[in-house]
Amino acid sequence: MEKFTTHTGVGVPLRRSNVDTDQIIPAVYLKRITRTGFEDALFAAWRGDPSFVLNQDAYKTGSVLVAGPDFGTGSSREHAVWALKDYGFKVVLASRFADIFRGNSGKQGLVAGIVAQEDVELLWKVLETKPGTEVTVDLEHRTAQADDVTVPFQIDDYTRWRLMEGLDDIGLTLSHEEDIAAFEAQREPWRPRTLPAKHLPTVPVEPARPVRA
Amino acid sequence: MAGTLAEKVWDAHLVRRGANGEPDLLYIDLHLVHEVTSPQAFEGLRLAGRPVRRPDLTIATEDHNTPTLDIDLPIADLTSRTQIETLRANAREFGVRLHSLGDADQGIVHQVGPQLGLTMPGLTVVCGDSHTSTHGAFGALAFGIGTSEVEHVLATQTLPLAPFKTMAITVNGQLPPGATSKDIILAIIAKIGTGGGQGYVLEYRGEAIRSLSMEARMTICNMSIEAGARAGMIAPDETTFEYLKGRPHAPEGADWDAAVEYWRTLRTDDDATFDAEVVLEAADLEPFVTWGTNPGQGLPLSANVPVPAQIADENERVAAERALEYMGLEPGTPLRDIAVDTVFIGSCTNGRIEDLRSVAKVLQGRTKADGVRVLVVPSSARVRLQAEAEGLDVIFKEFGAEWRNAGCSMCLGMNPDQLAPGERAASTSNRNFEGRQGKGGRTHLVSPLVAAATAVRGTLSSVADLDLPDGVDLTTFDGSPLAPLAEPSLV
Ligand code: SF4
Repeated sequence: MEKFTTHTGVGVPLRRSNVDTDQIIPAVYLKRITRTGFEDALFAAWRGDPSFVLNQDAYKTGSVLVAGPDFGTGSSREHAVWALKDYGFKVVLASRFADIFRGNSGKQGLVAGIVAQEDVELLWKVLETKPGTEVTVDLEHRTAQADDVTVPFQIDDYTRWRLMEGLDDIGLTLSHEEDIAAFEAQREPWRPRTLPAKHLPTVPVEPARPVRA
Repeated sequence: MAGTLAEKVWDAHLVRRGANGEPDLLYIDLHLVHEVTSPQAFEGLRLAGRPVRRPDLTIATEDHNTPTLDIDLPIADLTSRTQIETLRANAREFGVRLHSLGDADQGIVHQVGPQLGLTMPGLTVVCGDSHTSTHGAFGALAFGIGTSEVEHVLATQTLPLAPFKTMAITVNGQLPPGATSKDIILAIIAKIGTGGGQGYVLEYRGEAIRSLSMEARMTICNMSIEAGARAGMIAPDETTFEYLKGRPHAPEGADWDAAVEYWRTLRTDDDATFDAEVVLEAADLEPFVTWGTNPGQGLPLSANVPVPAQIADENERVAAERALEYMGLEPGTPLRDIAVDTVFIGSCTNGRIEDLRSVAKVLQGRTKADGVRVLVVPSSARVRLQAEAEGLDVIFKEFGAEWRNAGCSMCLGMNPDQLAPGERAASTSNRNFEGRQGKGGRTHLVSPLVAAATAVRGTLSSVADLDLPDGVDLTTFDGSPLAPLAEPSLV
């Protein structure tokens, strides 16, 4: 994971609230089994609409998304973060995020910064009156600046540290291997195991055939 | 120290308490895996040369992509087939138990855990699927995770987690006839909003919750995520133990006694405090339906489609306007006048045996409304076999419904069961987002009873709109079969 300190790129105003992960990336794209190449899937349902913000030349190369409240609600699909990243977004700013989306972002190196709704409105105003304005996001100082507007954003200390260090989650956890093994040693015997498998009596499964009217 | 149910389960899984803003490291008791969110996780393990730490705490099933017709033929859709084949190869390579299409324990991941008795009180349960909250009905701390967390759990059997807040949702009294646990949760979401539970673990309590069956409780916990919550929980009680006892993976003998003794301690202490509290009166509830494009946009069936101009909050007004345009609805229309093209009965929310039984009670001896397509999809192959053993499939078929094989089916547009653009459905599933059930499809979320009544009449209806014989009790999901049906038993 790359280290993140500051980033400057074109800001994209997305004036919609409650953008759920089905809208960020529709379910049909989830069938892919790779980790990259999801840029075409981002906001797929809206990309056909010429008036959609990413279809306007000034915003096409955007990398800082400024969205309405409750961004990333709905399904836990991490593909939403991949699609944003594959398209080129490095930062999403909104006044509220769904928890799972925010968690996923931190792990994938996408900055999800919480900005007060008044400040979102300020940024939208700048980005809409001067399309193509660049936004500078400073993770160390937790500020986002567009033109003459500088607004603070929130991100928790731990996620910020991880992003700035570019640290892989699993490696970090495995450094506590001893603690994990010690915990495992005292787990109660009633806790379930999937192996060896126990089944209800096996029965042959014949396909159900529908009766059509 | 006094604690809530969620805090007790959390504390019992602490591998390491985080210091200086670092998250706590929690042990995961049960990891459920399916074909959609796992391929990239296994790919990550392979790239890093890491094994699955605890295959014996991991179980996989095929559900999201699987067709519900012709399950004996190769899957026609190429990408679906690739995902399924990838899961099969990964399960083999990493030694993970998998229930494939054609296996009696194949089905929606949130049905498979409970039906095998793997889901128990006091566990931490995760799955790369947001409706993992379903398992909270047993008093487990269960939540959905993203693919990189799936990889994390596979590699370490732990997860670093930031603490959550707790919210008590108390539902007092008893449900009136015709209302179900689905109506409780739809009413809760309409009340607190799709963001209302954000950052919280919800604990459902109160008389109305206590008197629900396990399956009805699962419906409520299932949709916690639609209120934005991380998880939903219900303290275990005799109903829970009863459901578990004798299931394949339930503890036995001394282990069972030790487990039950511990499980009885899993309740919120009387002097514990919640960060937020919400109270509902069950007696005020009636069948609920959604009119918009998020699960919070719901109203009692007797209401009318809202008039956006009358909504004060600007964001909400704009959202309502957009939703009504997508849904093709006129403001002010009585909800009961809305005609549907399709009725979908299934999903991890309402595709269990009790749901099918209650639907069968309504449909028996009737025929479906003209021009309406009715799909009944059991949540697992086992549920399907059980329903067939009780003769429910015959009732569905005679009614004119399609009886399908198990899977997620029309809950989401990933498999062949989809809505056509503009098609309108009454659906017992959990999400009415734009395009969720197929591009351009319009979804009204409803309870199984409303779905059944709607299938009879063709417009959104409750069982009160049908002349049911006196004394047919549709709210007690006690599993008592209709007279001509065979005694239910675990097949
Ligand atoms: S039935 Fe629907 S909500 Fe449940 S796991 Fe399947 S797709 Fe997800």
